[in-house]
Amino acid sequence: MTRSEIRAAFEGGPALVSYVAAGDPSAEATKEYVEALVDGGTDVVELGLPFSEPVAEGTTIQNAIKRALEAGMTPDAYLDLVRELDVDVPVVCMTYYNLIYQYGSEPGPEEFVEAAAEAGISGFVVPDLPVNESEPMYEACREHGLDLVFIVAPTTTPERLESMLDRTTGFVYVQGRLGTTGARDEVSENTPEALERLQDADVPKAVGFGISSGDQAREVVASGADGVIVGSAYVDIIADGVENDLPIEAVADRLEALAAELKAGARKGLPEPERK
Amino acid sequence: MSEESKRTTGAQSETQAGKFGAYGGQYVPEVLMPAVEELADAYERYVLGNEDGFVDDFRQRIREFGGRPTPLSHAENLSGRYGFDVYLKREDLLHGGAHKLNNALGQVLLAKYMGKERIVAETGAGQHGTATAMACAYLDMPCEIYMGRTDVNRQRPNVFRMRIHDAEVNPVDVGSGTLKEAINETMRDWATNVEDTHYVIGSVVGPHPFPAMVRDFQSVISEEMRVQSEDQLGRLPEAVIACAGGGSNTMGAFAAFVGRADHRSAEQGSGGVATSARLPGAPEGTHEPAADVDLLAVEAGGSSLGVDKAEGYAPNSASLSTGTEGVLHGARTKLLQTEEGQIVESHSVSAGLDYAGVGPELAYLVDEGRVEPVNVDDDAALEAFHRLSREEGIIPALESSHAVAYLEGYEGDGPVVVNVSGRGDKDLDTVIEESAARDIAGAPTMEVFEE
Repeated sequence: MTRSEIRAAFEGGPALVSYVAAGDPSAEATKEYVEALVDGGTDVVELGLPFSEPVAEGTTIQNAIKRALEAGMTPDAYLDLVRELDVDVPVVCMTYYNLIYQYGSEPGPEEFVEAAAEAGISGFVVPDLPVNESEPMYEACREHGLDLVFIVAPTTTPERLESMLDRTTGFVYVQGRLGTTGARDEVSENTPEALERLQDADVPKAVGFGISSGDQAREVVASGADGVIVGSAYVDIIADGVENDLPIEAVADRLEALAAELKAGARKGLPEPERK
Repeated sequence: MSEESKRTTGAQSETQAGKFGAYGGQYVPEVLMPAVEELADAYERYVLGNEDGFVDDFRQRIREFGGRPTPLSHAENLSGRYGFDVYLKREDLLHGGAHKLNNALGQVLLAKYMGKERIVAETGAGQHGTATAMACAYLDMPCEIYMGRTDVNRQRPNVFRMRIHDAEVNPVDVGSGTLKEAINETMRDWATNVEDTHYVIGSVVGPHPFPAMVRDFQSVISEEMRVQSEDQLGRLPEAVIACAGGGSNTMGAFAAFVGRADHRSAEQGSGGVATSARLPGAPEGTHEPAADVDLLAVEAGGSSLGVDKAEGYAPNSASLSTGTEGVLHGARTKLLQTEEGQIVESHSVSAGLDYAGVGPELAYLVDEGRVEPVNVDDDAALEAFHRLSREEGIIPALESSHAVAYLEGYEGDGPVVVNVSGRGDKDLDTVIEESAARDIAGAPTMEVFEE
């Protein structure tokens, strides 16, 4: 996959970006879950590489990361998992900078970015790497043809937004609300405003943080988003599976159904003539 | 760096904001970046520039409310024991019983000047939480403190003190329930309430401007040490010894001996250092480097200096001595971590030192050879706790006990200044339990009173 394919994933209508933590609760389960999410209509997979200090995550994903680490997920095991995935959509690696920085023989992002590119990763979301610290990572991504996706927060200033857009190639991750990740009952009222200030940016905009239902996906797309990012709602299903000792297939079926609901909801958010 | 990338990364990288050589920086979620930038701006204006007389206000309050200057006490019995003069810088006598008030008062006051309406803070041993709660009560600011469950259990007196000052205390149940988890949780609160909330970080860690700003508020310790040494000893000490967890009392005790940061970076071409200034109004001469004063950072050696990487556990908190470079809690610094970059659980008998990272400026000063990292183990710290209590009538915090313990192995001939960063009342439960369990020499027991 190359950057053109991440962007291409947004060209067939509103895109569904789906997050799960790799290795939650096992690498084997993650493979099936990712494939189910893609069967349900996911256009971009955001696969979390678990870090011990996930400061941008809410409780749901924190617990998922803990389960994955306890099950032995490592950066190398993560890359193996990516290689073994049987999906035809771009996979974005979401992780924290220290794991990228430590990988390989020399500190710095180059070796992990290279290994990730070889394994089939298309881009990165690194929540604790703001644009002003991103130079080495950006250069490494550029060298290997990967996208570095920046998160635009409700607090982001116009100057910072401009810096981010200068470096954005895949899509812009629009953080729909203040705080951390986690499913919410309502779409943040700030979402239309957040999208409005990005309307001139020539890059797909996907909204995340808090989306968990088809109705919310519809609302977000109706506000002008090119895609929705969903994580905690899936992770809740996985956590329920762990808690009740459900078979992988049963959990995968529920994930596929939720992805399908989200995708259908997103499509309904398009103005009538554009719906497919 | 290319012209284009200079332009796209904005002003921050051009000024190398918050960099101590390769360390420091601003590695935080985007949602916090405007707050961090706003704070950096406020730091430059109010703290470095004394705008609106902020530093004058701070200095007056830390005198009148805090009780500065703290004394430099000659420890006669320890001096006799070691054969050289030992002086104790008495931060245990600062209001609240620890150096933490210098920074907490400075930051809460700054938050007032910035128009913030709410304070959040993390705490390990509880001394920073107590100091923050105290400063918030004094300056009339709502305050919420996060504290790991393990630390809540081993520092109950401080939890109650925070509550007495009307602070809300939130126990954090994840992980090992110590400082690292408390910091994560406070960052999450800050990310949710960033528009009206200031996060009072308790040490010289975190994204710029925290490491530089906390150092500056704490630098009153070494300003006084220099002046008092000249007055009382007629010279500067041979060494300054301070315990290092995150490193706030360490940097406070060392700052005025290191000298102005820009001198170092200009001479050594080390890639830029965060700021070139110290707190305005410092006494004459305390900006000058004192290269002949040894600066010893005493880390918690715990029960062993090894790291069990497979188990993700270090039985110590010696990140300066044994850590490797990485990125945690907003800064690039030295960390206790696995080869893959997962942060390991640290350990110290002292809750206040129990942290897997350390301030980026300390990491830099160690690399530059200006600060020497040393360590003592849990047992030595407990022995020093009892020794100072018995021989000098001062009950030191378990953190400070590490610095006192290092005197046993110190090979110079003095005089030396030990920074007694805080008093040990908060640690009594731990000391009773751990001293009995380890059969610490010279420790009194409570057994005779127990039926």
